[in-house]
Amino acid sequence: MFEYAPAPESRSVVDIKPAYGLFIDGTFVDPTDGGSFKSINPATEEVLAEVAEGGAGDVDRAVRAARAAYEKVWGPMPGRDRAKYLFRIARIIQERSRELAVLESLDNGKPIKESRDVDIPLVAAHFFYYAGWADKLPYAGFGPDPKPLGVAAQVIPWNFPLLMLAWKIAPALAAGNTVVLKPAETTPLTALLFAEICQQADLPAGVVNIVTGAGETGRALVEHPGVDKVAFTGSTEVGRAIARAVAGTRKKLTLELGGKAANIVFDDAPVDQAVEGIVNGIFFNQGHVCCAGSRLLIQESVADRVLESLKRRMAQLRVGDPLDKNTDIGAINSAAQLARIRELSEAGSAEGAERWSPPCELPERGFWFAPTIFTGVTQAHRIAREEIFGPVLSVLTFRTPAEAVEKANNTPYGLSAGIWTDKGSRILWMADRLRAGVVWANTFNKFDPTSPFGGYKESGYGREGGRHGLEAYLNV
Amino acid sequence: MSERVAVRKTYKLFIGGKFPRSESGRSYLVQDANVSLASRKDARDAVVAARAAVKGWAGATAYNRGQVLYRVAEMLEGRREQFVALGVPGDEVDAAVDRWVWYAGWSDKLAQVYGGANPVAGPYFNLSAPEPTGVVAVVAPERPALLGLVSVIAPAVVTGNTVVVAASPTEPLAAVTLAEVLATSDLPGGVVNILTGRLSETVPTLAAHMDVNAIDLTGVTDAEQAADLEVRAAENLKRVLRPAPADHDWFADPGLTRMTALLETKTVWHPKGV
Repeated sequence: MFEYAPAPESRSVVDIKPAYGLFIDGTFVDPTDGGSFKSINPATEEVLAEVAEGGAGDVDRAVRAARAAYEKVWGPMPGRDRAKYLFRIARIIQERSRELAVLESLDNGKPIKESRDVDIPLVAAHFFYYAGWADKLPYAGFGPDPKPLGVAAQVIPWNFPLLMLAWKIAPALAAGNTVVLKPAETTPLTALLFAEICQQADLPAGVVNIVTGAGETGRALVEHPGVDKVAFTGSTEVGRAIARAVAGTRKKLTLELGGKAANIVFDDAPVDQAVEGIVNGIFFNQGHVCCAGSRLLIQESVADRVLESLKRRMAQLRVGDPLDKNTDIGAINSAAQLARIRELSEAGSAEGAERWSPPCELPERGFWFAPTIFTGVTQAHRIAREEIFGPVLSVLTFRTPAEAVEKANNTPYGLSAGIWTDKGSRILWMADRLRAGVVWANTFNKFDPTSPFGGYKESGYGREGGRHGLEAYLNV
Repeated sequence: MSERVAVRKTYKLFIGGKFPRSESGRSYLVQDANVSLASRKDARDAVVAARAAVKGWAGATAYNRGQVLYRVAEMLEGRREQFVALGVPGDEVDAAVDRWVWYAGWSDKLAQVYGGANPVAGPYFNLSAPEPTGVVAVVAPERPALLGLVSVIAPAVVTGNTVVVAASPTEPLAAVTLAEVLATSDLPGGVVNILTGRLSETVPTLAAHMDVNAIDLTGVTDAEQAADLEVRAAENLKRVLRPAPADHDWFADPGLTRMTALLETKTVWHPKGV
């Protein structure tokens, strides 16, 4: 591999406070009945800030603030004016994009080139897109005068902290709801900076409330009787628990959960392009992607060629300092996640699959995992069935398109799938048969605010993005 | 101390992102200013500029076009007082700003409302999507000079068309000033071209021009004249938007028809099969 000189992005653009309160009713407040926790940089284990842990009483305060803002300000406000606030937020995100990107990489561990070129631009675009819907709801196809639901409780994961916030808050506000959002406990900092952005945009108090905390805080929020809507992105296990918790209530629920996507490579696929797509599919964001192409299905006749190219390409991946502009793979988000990846990888070897990683020097401090592939994987192996949520790829083979469909759909999940072939009719034939909410053909991991995203089966229900994304926040 | 002598502005045409005088060297006195009196040649030059801009503008992403239209709203808001000084009522300027914002949001949504998958009876993928028709000639309404103008330009360009606009002959200063807004809004040169002068000189040329794809006759008040222009437009089957009724409420929700009238629908078929 070429030697690269270090090219670190400067941290000086961000100003992290030593401690953060909860953002309730337009101001930062101390928790009344909660404690605090630390958010660390997973690349160095350095403590970044002390963050308030919201308790049930804090959640109640936030829900009340959101209710009052919904009834008095945001609900009655014409869509035209709601739009203007959302456009303002979009603009401020664009203006402060570098600051947000650096902070995201510090708190999450993802490479700066991803936070800078993917996450933050998509965040701004998402607000821009939904801003435009706020005054056009009668045109969205849900009847002449669709109404908001009220107060939305939103719980988001740590893999794309600010992007998931945008996916939740932008459509909710455009439709006229107010929100209480709980960011993940390992990545709360960009959400707290977003709270400052709401202040800078003069967003009316109480429209957006951010309550930081862990699982218990999230549970209190989801179970609060004052919320009309629950939106969750995270694990299928927690999603199931939330579905049980809202059973029998009138709360509307959307869930975006786990995945175990098949990335299917046919013998006529351009190999170099497919290899780039495979690498992007599983190693993008350290594999911390619910729609990651974590099961590679290669047509048997080209399996050796594809694997050889893939290994050669993997040897070029640069793992290390997330703030270095040349880094391809950053830090694993937490010690707990690293332990989970290790456990499943060990199970892969124990169950008989063959493990391979390129020679790869990992930093001593922080949480790291080398890009890894397993060959000789069968459908019964845990690494073919369970979501690893890390840079670990399970490789299987197939002979016919029908077998590829069979294997691709042999999972309780159904979030995404990839198809690599030069034949257009085959792409569409496959797409018809794949039980997955997003199908990428000759590309992978593409996102756009106009494009609906969400899963089949146990990957959840409801869609985020596009016109469909409004439905989750309208009384339809 | 003597009173400062003000520097007056020259009001010129807006073609291809530049501000030329009329090639004819003529002007007319209106609203206490000498305003360029566009010729038939100016109209043809404007069509050339508009055609040259189609590729880049229609090829830009919808997101990008939305950003540019929103930027126009930002710039217009900043020049609010300038329009008020020209006699445009404040609430009309506000409505014009809001109209740019409204249309900015449509850039990446119209295809989702006006296009879609068609469930044909066979193993085929079938998708219809709107595309811009190309160069649109627009006769702006005489009044309201700013809101009327914005209400005909924005729906044409948001979808990727480029326009040649014949501005209100009696109140052209708002149009020339809007051109200054557009010139500072990241709008590529040639996407909007504005002609001032007599409609009787420029509009028949535009209506008959074989490189114009559509004509919006909104500002034509004489029914006979409108019919004549429509006859001219028929030569190359221009899409025609007929004149607005005299009592049209420019402040009301404009709906979709101003956009959809200037779009083509493209339907793509592709077989499905291994």
